[in-house]
Amino acid sequence: MHLLVVEDDRDTREFIRNGLLQAGHSVDVAADGRDGLFAATTQQFDLIVLDRMLPALDGLTLLRTLRASGNRVPVLLLSALGEVDQRVAGLRAGADDYLVKPFAFSELEARIEVLMRRTAPDGPATVLKLGDLELDIMTRAVRRGAVPIDLQPREFRLLEYLMRHAGQVVTRTMLLEHVWDYHFDPQTNVIDVHVSRLRGKIDRGFDTQLLHTVRGAGYRLALEGVSDAG
Amino acid sequence: MLAERARSVASRFGALVRTSTFQLTLFYTGLFSVSAALLAMFFYWSTIGLLLRETDATLKAEVTGLAEQYLEHGLQRLVQVIVHRMGNDQSGSMVYLFATRDNQPLAGNLLEWPRIEADVDGWVEFSHRRADGRILPTRARVYGLGDGLHLLVGRNIEQLQQLRQVFNRALVLGVGLIFVLATGGGLLMSSRLLKRVGAMTAATGDIVAGQLDRRLEIRGTGDEFDELATRVNIMLDRLAALLATVRHVSDNIAHDLRTPLTRLRNRLELAARDAPAAVRDELEASVEDADQLLATFAALLRIARIESGSYDAQYEPLDVGTLVNDAIELYLGVAQDKRLALHAEVEGRAVVRGDRNLLFQALTNLLDNAIKHAPAGSLVKIVVGLAGGGVVIDVKDAGAGIPIGEYERVTQRFTRLDQSRSLPGSGLGLSLVKAVAELHHGTLSFSDNAPGLCASLKLPAA
Repeated sequence: MHLLVVEDDRDTREFIRNGLLQAGHSVDVAADGRDGLFAATTQQFDLIVLDRMLPALDGLTLLRTLRASGNRVPVLLLSALGEVDQRVAGLRAGADDYLVKPFAFSELEARIEVLMRRTAPDGPATVLKLGDLELDIMTRAVRRGAVPIDLQPREFRLLEYLMRHAGQVVTRTMLLEHVWDYHFDPQTNVIDVHVSRLRGKIDRGFDTQLLHTVRGAGYRLALEGVSDAG
Repeated sequence: MLAERARSVASRFGALVRTSTFQLTLFYTGLFSVSAALLAMFFYWSTIGLLLRETDATLKAEVTGLAEQYLEHGLQRLVQVIVHRMGNDQSGSMVYLFATRDNQPLAGNLLEWPRIEADVDGWVEFSHRRADGRILPTRARVYGLGDGLHLLVGRNIEQLQQLRQVFNRALVLGVGLIFVLATGGGLLMSSRLLKRVGAMTAATGDIVAGQLDRRLEIRGTGDEFDELATRVNIMLDRLAALLATVRHVSDNIAHDLRTPLTRLRNRLELAARDAPAAVRDELEASVEDADQLLATFAALLRIARIESGSYDAQYEPLDVGTLVNDAIELYLGVAQDKRLALHAEVEGRAVVRGDRNLLFQALTNLLDNAIKHAPAGSLVKIVVGLAGGGVVIDVKDAGAGIPIGEYERVTQRFTRLDQSRSLPGSGLGLSLVKAVAELHHGTLSFSDNAPGLCASLKLPAA
């Protein structure tokens, strides 16, 4: 995958670049908004990591210009801490996701993976499959092999989200945002409890474990049990 | 209703009477009344008293003179003298009577012996009807001449009595007026003072209750209350500034440490990926520790941003019932793992205007707390009700509760009561709830759930 990182702070830029290179992506960088816009309009990228506050041309203007010219490349917007909460403004300007600095690299990586996969031409499947696990979005039926699995509505949404991002690391924050639709910090590991209950329903009694915990990052629904997200 | 009103009036009156001003006024009223009475007595003694003494002296001289006439010259001479004296008395104010043992008048201008104690050699006061029909008050001296004969010399004291009456009336009126004016003035002054002091007491009470930005009213009259209020306000400003400094220091530490801590965390995370299994576990555990620290910093900064008003909250009408049910659904698993029953009672449609994420955060913080402190097998309940134009969300547990004296302290940053030190948590949960409540013009209060704690989040209804 080919990514563009537009970030004026050298440390952050290099850090993101190195991490993404390590994860096996190819990475271009730009240090200000003008260079960033030039790169974004002259080359094809799978995703752009864009800082909000940039010299020469600020991130939001860059993003609006890009969208106005019909460019649909996924954009993950970064904003520095201490700025007013403008997540909504960022999303409104056309960002696909939003992350507040400083962030854990695993969070950035997980979000990047999800965003890049979103554009993959999957087709509007009504039945999601992973190995012998099947989830029918229309009938709301879940089966593993021949065994029907009874899920609560929230568990269904959780499994659906995990299956849509099968093979990818999904962080707890992402689950809160997409499955529970709230942006907040739970004090306890409430998400872990929900995930472990879901695991009890889809994995207990089966030879292959599908729902894996990725330490320090989140969860991954996958056939192979390797926890390396790279 | 009426009784209640009467009681409230009585209690207000009681408060008035208990004020030091009123008691001081009462004391001075008494003192003033006593000195006024002393002054009046002196006036009486030197005016009416003087006239009275003069009258008595005259009468005494007269009666002695007449008695001497009798003793030296006999009965005939006395009668002559009396007649002569009566003739000389142009004012007609003198009264004479010379009578026998059985009160038969021998000479004088009294028609009969007055009905008085036949007190020989004494002072008497009586009224008698004169020949012209006028009834006159008279003061007289009686003198026994021996052989049962007795003599009475008196004087009309009508004017003196009138004077005395005027004086008495003036005395009663004056003292009464002093008393009424002083008491009324005292009450008025006390009630004004009480109002002022009451306002100050209420304001300081609010400050103690946590409204740290409340100040005492300054009326601009420049009196000693204004002076006091100004000083107290300056003191409060200083305390607030000091508090803000302390808070800023901790917020800045959190802010400044976050970036390097994140960098450290990310280095550890990347290092863990290529590390051998033994090292990897340690590194991953370190990443989790760092995440915990970062979460604390994030909470601290979020509180700071909410309190300073720099949090860009998105206000929208929210159904509290939905928020509560979502929170319950989110925590149901955690509760069940602790064998707790989790219930919501939502009465009516409670709608508030607020930031969805912040209110959900506040709600889950309260619920999280309740679940943490509830003993296994007990009930944790969220009750949503409408009261006084607001929505009240009560989160109740049956845990150890909070001692009443600690209610204020638990909403301060990093406060962890002894009983919860062993439980996980940063000590920031309730601080955040309070900040969110205040951002929404609401309050966070606590009460005894007997047993346990009832945390009440009150928000204005939309």
